[in-house]
Amino acid sequence: MLESGCCSSFSALSLVTSLPCFPWAAPAALWMLAASCCDRRMCVCPGPRRIAIPVRSSRLPLFSDAMPAPTQLFPLIRNCEIGRIYNTVCYCHHKHLCCLSPHLAHNHLRCAPQKKLATLCPKENFNQFIHARSYVSTPQRFYLTPPQVNSILKANEYSFKVPEFDGKNVSSILGFDSNQLPANAPIEDRRSAATCLQTRGMLLGVFDGHAGCACAQAVSERLFYYIAVSLLPHETLLEIENAVESGRALLPILQWHKHPNDYFSKEASKLYFNSLRTYWQELIDLNTGETTDVKEALINAFKRLDNDISLEAQVGDPNSFLNYLVLRVAFSGATACVAHVDGVDLHIANTGDSRAMLGVQEEDGSWSAVTLSYDHNAQNESEIERVKLEHPKSEEKSVVKQDRLLGLLMPFRAFGDVKFKWSIELQKRVIESGPDQLNDNEYTKFIPPNYHTPPYLTAEPEVIHHKLRPQDKFLVLATDGLWETMHRQDVVRIVGEYLTGVHHQQPIAVGGYKVTLGQMHGLLTERRARISSVFEDQNAATHLIRHAVGNNEFGTVDHERLSKMLSLPEELARMYRDDITIIVVQFNSHIVGACQNEEF
Amino acid sequence: MFLRLLSDVRWRTVSPKWRSTSSSRHMTTSATEPPPISLPAQAQVVICGGGIVGTSVAYHLSKLGWKDIVLLEQGRLAAGSTRFCAGIVSTVRHLSIELKMADYSNKLYQQLEQETGIKTGYVKTGSISLAQTQDRLISLKRIASRLSVMGIPCEIMAPKQVAQLHPLINIHDLVGAMYVPEDAVVSSVDVSLALANAASRNGVQIHERTSISHVMVQKGCVTGVETDRGQIECQYFVNCAGQWAYELGLSNEEPVSIPLHGCEHFYLLTRPLKKPLESNTPTIVDPDGRIYIRSWQGGILSGGFEKNPKPIFTEGRNQLEIQNLHEDWDHFEPLLSSLLRRMPGLEALEIMQLVNCPESFTPDMRCIMGESPTVQGYFVLAGMNSAGTSFGGGAGRYLAEWMVNGCPSENVWPLDLKRFGALQSSRTFLRHRVMEVMPLIYDLKVPRWDFQTGRQLRTSPLYDRLDAQGARWMEKHGFERPKYFVPPGKDLLALDQSKTFYKPDWFDIVGSEVKCCKEAVCVIDMSSFTKFEISSTGDQALEVLQYLFSNDLDVPVGHIVHTGMLNEEGGYENDCSIARLNKRSFFMISPTDQQVHCWAWLKKHMPNDSNLLLEDVTWKYTALNLIGPRAVDVLSELSYVPMTPEHFPSLFCKEMSVGYANGIRVMSMTHTGEPGFMLYIPIEYALHVYNELMSVGQKYGIRNAGYYALRSLRIEKFFAFWGQDLDTFTTPLECGREFRVKLDKGTDFIGRDALMQQKQDGVCKRFTMFILEDHDTDLDLWPWWGEPIYRNGHYVGKTTSSAYSYTLERHVCLGFVQNFDEETREALVVTPDFINRGEYEIDIAGQRFQAKAKLYPFSSLFTQRRRKDEMELSGYHGK
Repeated sequence: MLESGCCSSFSALSLVTSLPCFPWAAPAALWMLAASCCDRRMCVCPGPRRIAIPVRSSRLPLFSDAMPAPTQLFPLIRNCEIGRIYNTVCYCHHKHLCCLSPHLAHNHLRCAPQKKLATLCPKENFNQFIHARSYVSTPQRFYLTPPQVNSILKANEYSFKVPEFDGKNVSSILGFDSNQLPANAPIEDRRSAATCLQTRGMLLGVFDGHAGCACAQAVSERLFYYIAVSLLPHETLLEIENAVESGRALLPILQWHKHPNDYFSKEASKLYFNSLRTYWQELIDLNTGETTDVKEALINAFKRLDNDISLEAQVGDPNSFLNYLVLRVAFSGATACVAHVDGVDLHIANTGDSRAMLGVQEEDGSWSAVTLSYDHNAQNESEIERVKLEHPKSEEKSVVKQDRLLGLLMPFRAFGDVKFKWSIELQKRVIESGPDQLNDNEYTKFIPPNYHTPPYLTAEPEVIHHKLRPQDKFLVLATDGLWETMHRQDVVRIVGEYLTGVHHQQPIAVGGYKVTLGQMHGLLTERRARISSVFEDQNAATHLIRHAVGNNEFGTVDHERLSKMLSLPEELARMYRDDITIIVVQFNSHIVGACQNEEF
Repeated sequence: MFLRLLSDVRWRTVSPKWRSTSSSRHMTTSATEPPPISLPAQAQVVICGGGIVGTSVAYHLSKLGWKDIVLLEQGRLAAGSTRFCAGIVSTVRHLSIELKMADYSNKLYQQLEQETGIKTGYVKTGSISLAQTQDRLISLKRIASRLSVMGIPCEIMAPKQVAQLHPLINIHDLVGAMYVPEDAVVSSVDVSLALANAASRNGVQIHERTSISHVMVQKGCVTGVETDRGQIECQYFVNCAGQWAYELGLSNEEPVSIPLHGCEHFYLLTRPLKKPLESNTPTIVDPDGRIYIRSWQGGILSGGFEKNPKPIFTEGRNQLEIQNLHEDWDHFEPLLSSLLRRMPGLEALEIMQLVNCPESFTPDMRCIMGESPTVQGYFVLAGMNSAGTSFGGGAGRYLAEWMVNGCPSENVWPLDLKRFGALQSSRTFLRHRVMEVMPLIYDLKVPRWDFQTGRQLRTSPLYDRLDAQGARWMEKHGFERPKYFVPPGKDLLALDQSKTFYKPDWFDIVGSEVKCCKEAVCVIDMSSFTKFEISSTGDQALEVLQYLFSNDLDVPVGHIVHTGMLNEEGGYENDCSIARLNKRSFFMISPTDQQVHCWAWLKKHMPNDSNLLLEDVTWKYTALNLIGPRAVDVLSELSYVPMTPEHFPSLFCKEMSVGYANGIRVMSMTHTGEPGFMLYIPIEYALHVYNELMSVGQKYGIRNAGYYALRSLRIEKFFAFWGQDLDTFTTPLECGREFRVKLDKGTDFIGRDALMQQKQDGVCKRFTMFILEDHDTDLDLWPWWGEPIYRNGHYVGKTTSSAYSYTLERHVCLGFVQNFDEETREALVVTPDFINRGEYEIDIAGQRFQAKAKLYPFSSLFTQRRRKDEMELSGYHGK
């Protein structure tokens, strides 16, 4: 492990220093690496990769070899084209064009994806864009213009305004902004937001996948259904079951609020539905007659979904595509941080190391952060305690090693990751009977060391209940990609200032004070500088990402830095930052205040 | 608040005589005072609005002898925009009518204190307009050359001289300035009170705290007003309601569209400087910095016109709002920076207040004056574009003259309410447009500038087709018209960079279009022209037209007559072409912006006869101008009808088929003097006919052309256009169109007597064409319009339009030459001999260029050459 980590670390270093491709990356890389020694959770791994994967044939040196190739290749292609067009130009002229062509290629590439980005499906093209950029890394300095930066930052942004009164209920949520910025290709984070239609309240969640995005994708599609079903009263469940039984139209359970890039897998929907139906059938049979407790419902839903993921993988599916899919879901993993908001009742169910943060505005207008979740990782003493207690004393040393579960996994709770849940026999059986692709995958075959008393991992969430107060202005749900780069206090301050700044910026009035023109001018210039970065974004999550990625040591957005970070080729991006997914939920203080008064 | 107090204090000290009965009560219980005098039941004139504009109208009406006048003010006198006004009276204006109004206002205010005994705060400070760029300096020089011919002293000076005139100013970034020593500052509140005082002494009744809910109209005439304190019957109503004029106009049953919209306007007041600023320190206008600065009670008053104005009251609000507008320092920041850059010494100066005073702006940055086209007796004076103090006096005078005499003593067409129609009164349009207009006040005014907001409102059905072929557009009366067509692969400068006083970047593009018009054939979409049809069951149509127009319209069916629609003085109210479609119906084509004015004029003078029908068919026809020597070939090929002059003589109109489309009105005229045809096409056939013309025309070298080419063609042919060259003060005799006046056509017509008289006496001005001699098109400033003309070194008039003639390869300016007596300045008769015997110079921004004057176009030269070409070409094609 340690070896391979070092190896890739070195190769990364050698790559950025030896290649002239990234003149700007060199100092940045050194800086980042230096920082990683003291800052990062581990020195052995170059980037904050969630799982250290044993690399047999190091990918990075390969990649470094491959890098210059396209840059050389391109002129050739361009040459042919140019040659075709200017077949009359003399040789010397031709040669001249040769030298020019990298720049032509560069310009060509820079323009082309840009256009697509705006018109076509942004996600797909974003990847193309990154791809393209890795080719254009010619020795010349490459900066993204502010509009280019914005189009990258805003590609995945989504906003939803909740009607204050939808005809049935008043909502304590004004709306939410969400966004994500990929570092992995494809991104491994997922997000979900939906309104419960058969019960009250709204569900919002961020999901951070590892070892692929399959599990995060499945959880993002399915978890809210499990929660909603868990919350449904007996009668509604019966009604739904009867409707399915008799082929009538189903009552809609959730209204999704999705960005066009947030897709659902069509192929698996039948499979997922059947599992869900089994779950509610069991709930109907179990009918306790008690009113559903939200906390319990959340825990049940999490556990049930993880169980279903595991079962589906064990049973398999006759359809080979689906069979492979359920296995990929089970062998990859995902953390989840889900908020359920119903009136003043806010429940946060968290599994893993994403985090929910409440933005509270004090009476003096300042902002403070209240954490509404516990990270399930090595930084959490009680988590280490819990994991150790669940296993025999003999494993005390091995169960948490290098701040990772079994020395491998950073989050201590997660969906999927059957490698940490199933017995060795089961894993081997499933892999052997599974499709070839699975067999070929080094990671899935690899059994964690010191694997004695599974399961080591659980998807059971910790649920925190919070009664909203009028001073609770917003909630930030975000994957660890954000929390690694920014302190929670800064996160809350930036969002708080953004939200108030956009909606009601405090005007200056001279009143009866003695103010000189010069003083006023200074004050206004300062205000202007502060506001200018805010006005660029219409979305609080985008604004936060801009700060997370672009903040300099003074806490203000530095365009140059932002541009560098966003123009990293996809192979390098993951070493400098993680996927970031953010949902900012804004509460309606008036409604919260009114509800509060009603209740007391 | 301070200003409010200030005005209150003044108010009391003034103790106006006209309210002496109630003044004591007013003093003690000013807040809850009940209205003192009951309203009269009737009056000749009711004026709404007691700001500087309303009081000025009342003042001038009473001066002209009208006494039965009631002025109603919803709040207190001078309490609206007037109260917050910065009080600068400046003659630095681009439009000559505005310049004249400001000059008159200045002179009026100067003597007002003496006349009324009320202190008006008038101080002759002078004003300095700064130029940070060479272009700005050119703009100032252009104004300077106009001011000096008006007899208003002004001086273009170097930055160093500016520093001597003003103690605080930073001159390091200046390239020059213009000093106008006669400009002044006043307290606009006090001016308005003084005007009210003088008016009331002349018998005008003034009632405050009386608001008008609507104006009562019967049969298209004003009959009275409904107020919150009862009705007043009246014959005339004057809407001087400022910000509220738009709403008030719409409140009638028969709405009057007064397109104006409010914007917040900010200015700063400071406490006195350590060494208080002299009250006669010149006012500084720094248009490049977007600010003005005047001295105010030892400190300064500084405001400006920012790039991003804040429009307000779009939904229409009550008066209370105006009191409660907030200061917005963040919004003022760019102006404050600009102020401190201009006067760095002010840093330590203490702020007193940032005043938010909404101003009303109009869609074209010119005020709105005149009678409503729909309601007789309904007059308007509003929309001062934040120059209410400068214009108030002069504008009030012109409106009063208009009401009393039937017309003002100057050409006020640029300000006439009738230049707008209902199409400019959308709230959204106004809101967007004023956001462009307000910054424009300090933007550089260059030739051929087009508004960017409120566009694509009226378009021809061919708009998309032409746009796809590279058309660049200008707008007239809401209608998009092509300026020129940018050929594929050619790029023009961006909008901002294309602003120039010199040779524009489209020069060659238009040149090639002109060439094509001269040598082959071009299509110009001219659908924007106003088109009316007048028909009757009997001879009524002919009779009314004979009375309204100076030329003889009793022509055979199918003939087209160019004729003026004259006023009693013989001046052009409109200049149009009328085709006799049949015995009883006529098709009338007038300039685009005549749509409202001409309609109103016709309606006013037409007998109320149900058998006489007037219809606006502007929207029904797409007009294509097929211009050039090959137009004949294109059209005959498309219609299988010979179109040669023998079969289709000049100024002839025939309905015929073009392509598959039938019923196309083809007229053998082009508005330029070039050969060709106007095609009036029912809109559903427009695309078809256009496509056919283009495909058939291909072999004749057809191409699209725009209005710039048209303009160049018509000016080199010495064709006058109404609205640019011709106005209500120009008679046909003065512009060499005697042949279009039939004094002996057998019937009387409006203006006939005046023309008879003029024919006897001779004309005092003469429309003349000037060809610039020593002007370098590439290097020298281009003429625009309004340039002074000098004859033998003496000022004799101004140009009205100009264009580069690609045929003459010279600039051509059109303008009027007068003959002023050297001592009395009286206008003497101008004879052709007088014109021909002079040495002429045209003053472009202070630089004089030699010009050759001509009274007649070079028509023979062109036609000869063309005939020769034609013969050669036809011979070639014949084989």
